Amino acid sequence: MNKLAEWQLTLPLALAFAAIFLAPLLMLVGVSFFSDDKITQPGFAQWVKFYGDPFSYKVIADTMLLGVKTVCATILVGYPLALVYLDAPPRLQKVLIFVIVMPLLLSVVVRTFAWIVVLGREGVVNQLLLSLGIISEPLRLLQTELGLVISLTQIEMPLMLLPLISVMSRLDPNLRDASAALGASRWRTLFTVIVPLSMPGLVAGCLLVFASSTTAFISQTVIGGVRLIYLPLLIWQQSLVVFNWPFAAVVSIALLISVLTVVSALSWLGRRSGGYVHG
Amino acid sequence: MQSTPAARTLDVEDLTVRYGQALAVDGVTLAIEPGEVVALLGPSGCGKTTLLRVIAGFVRQAAGRVRVDGATIDHLPANQRNIGIVFQNYALFPHMTVAENVAYGLRARGARGPEVQARVSRFLDVVQLGGFRERLPRQLSGGQQQRVALARALAVEPSILLLDEPFAALDRNLRLDMQIEVKRLQRTLGLTTILVTHDQDEAMSVADRIAVMNKGQVEQFDTPVAIYDRPQTLFVNGFIGTTNLMNGKVAALRNGTATVALDAGASLSLAAPTGIGVGAAVLISVRPEQLALSSVPGPNAWKIEPGLSLPIGAQLVHEARTADGASLKIVEPRRAAAADAARIYCTLAADARPTLFPRST
Ligand SMILES: Nc1ncnc2c1ncn2[C@@H]1O[C@H](COP(=O)(O)OP(=O)(O)O)[C@@H](O)[C@H]1O
Ligand SMILES: [Mg+2]
Repeated sequence: MNKLAEWQLTLPLALAFAAIFLAPLLMLVGVSFFSDDKITQPGFAQWVKFYGDPFSYKVIADTMLLGVKTVCATILVGYPLALVYLDAPPRLQKVLIFVIVMPLLLSVVVRTFAWIVVLGREGVVNQLLLSLGIISEPLRLLQTELGLVISLTQIEMPLMLLPLISVMSRLDPNLRDASAALGASRWRTLFTVIVPLSMPGLVAGCLLVFASSTTAFISQTVIGGVRLIYLPLLIWQQSLVVFNWPFAAVVSIALLISVLTVVSALSWLGRRSGGYVHG
Repeated sequence: MQSTPAARTLDVEDLTVRYGQALAVDGVTLAIEPGEVVALLGPSGCGKTTLLRVIAGFVRQAAGRVRVDGATIDHLPANQRNIGIVFQNYALFPHMTVAENVAYGLRARGARGPEVQARVSRFLDVVQLGGFRERLPRQLSGGQQQRVALARALAVEPSILLLDEPFAALDRNLRLDMQIEVKRLQRTLGLTTILVTHDQDEAMSVADRIAVMNKGQVEQFDTPVAIYDRPQTLFVNGFIGTTNLMNGKVAALRNGTATVALDAGASLSLAAPTGIGVGAAVLISVRPEQLALSSVPGPNAWKIEPGLSLPIGAQLVHEARTADGASLKIVEPRRAAAADAARIYCTLAADARPTLFPRST
């Protein structure tokens, strides 16, 4: 078989990718360069409208900040959980993996509505805090960023835990013993050996959680309500309520570029820290 | 190296380790002298690594004690025991350079600055890796990685050195070099050392004493020569070197000497172990080099049916079969071997010291 024939074998898949991913993207970009919502007059009016409005920058910043906060929260909760998993005996590990993966088997809609029950005025959290006497009147958690970050932390947790656990469980267990035998405390071992070596998993988890939480339209709108405005909500309003597709296209491109920027920065960091895992 | 800290004794007393229900180490007792190299020798899965891991503090024993210089260390966590260990897979920190790996233990003990660098350089020179400071472990060969692991363990001046099959992954020539190297370092530093191995030649050449382990127990703890010449159990006998086993019966006992009637048809006078009476069924174990071929029949010679003869190095190995069906290996120097087809009798060589074991019938 000659060289030409070999690359020709990739053609069907390449064409499928082009049709499924590239074409819609090009159409999106094309649509954004029309000035009216009937898509008849080419022009930059929608771009000027979006980027000329300070409100747009606030929404972009809020969306990115939501992603950053969710990533931080999933790290704070997920990293210790991954360590617990690593230390657990094999049988407990099987149970833990099931508990970790289970949320993925449930629809995001179901998980999101469960959080409404948990976070509502009469919800589990408020009931508990009230009965313990920690607060005197119900906390407002729904339609706040705090409530949204709490729910997203749980909803996105598998995306953080799975890459972390997969990288950590491939680490040579002797490394921890070697560190201890050389006189290092558990904390020193954690920060000088385990954390640096689990970086690739951590970065992959951050990537997934960031990309997923900044675009989590359902959770953002159901828990955040319409008072908290993020880019996905803006896109939805413009495309399906106002039917201004060119403007929606401009917002979509803004979301795409902001997420891509953060994600490429993270994966660049990940590549720098990668490569050590297999020695 | 100028500093030679006083060598420590290491006592393992009645140590038992369980993984769930399974016994991994079963009542092991070892008294190790200061500066001694002890090899733990045994088949895979007999508990050698587990024993090391208990001494290092990674695994807790179900029963028994470990003492260094008489003081128990069982309550100490691994990071306070000051016991150096080199792992079978070296376990170098893959994200740190060679120098950082060696400095790791020093930094963990709070040492800083030029003092650390000086010690790192010194120990890298000791293992002849001075020029590799800035390499990452994956940029080194197996032997070099092993020397880094050794330098890393030695740099903190441990009181005891534990080596878990450190040479297993090296090729033959390198293995010999490293064995000599380790032995030299251990001598200079006067370090009490335990070397785990499943290679009997390695145990024989490096260790002062060998503990032969089987199924979690120490079957014999003795010098290499004693283990080779006077195995205490059938397991040790079979595990160390090559040996021939022949069936026989004790015909007479006098002054600790047993006259044994071989099933193969000869009568031998041998040193009798305690607890063997007249009429007892026994196994006679003889090393191949302690047997000789002869063309002369006699009361101490038994008839054999010669098989293949293979030259192996400077030696000639003969295979043979006895009248009662046992197969024998007989080794003689190649030059001494006369090509004499009439040599159909086998005898004990002049200096032969066969071992008797009771045989259950
Ligand atoms: N972490 C463990 N959990 C359960 N069983 C183990 C563990 N480590 C070792 N074992 C068992 O203990 C026995 C001794 O193992 P080990 O000390 O590694 O033997 P060796 O080093 O002599 O090959 C083996 O039967 C092994 O299967
Ligand atoms: Mg082992």
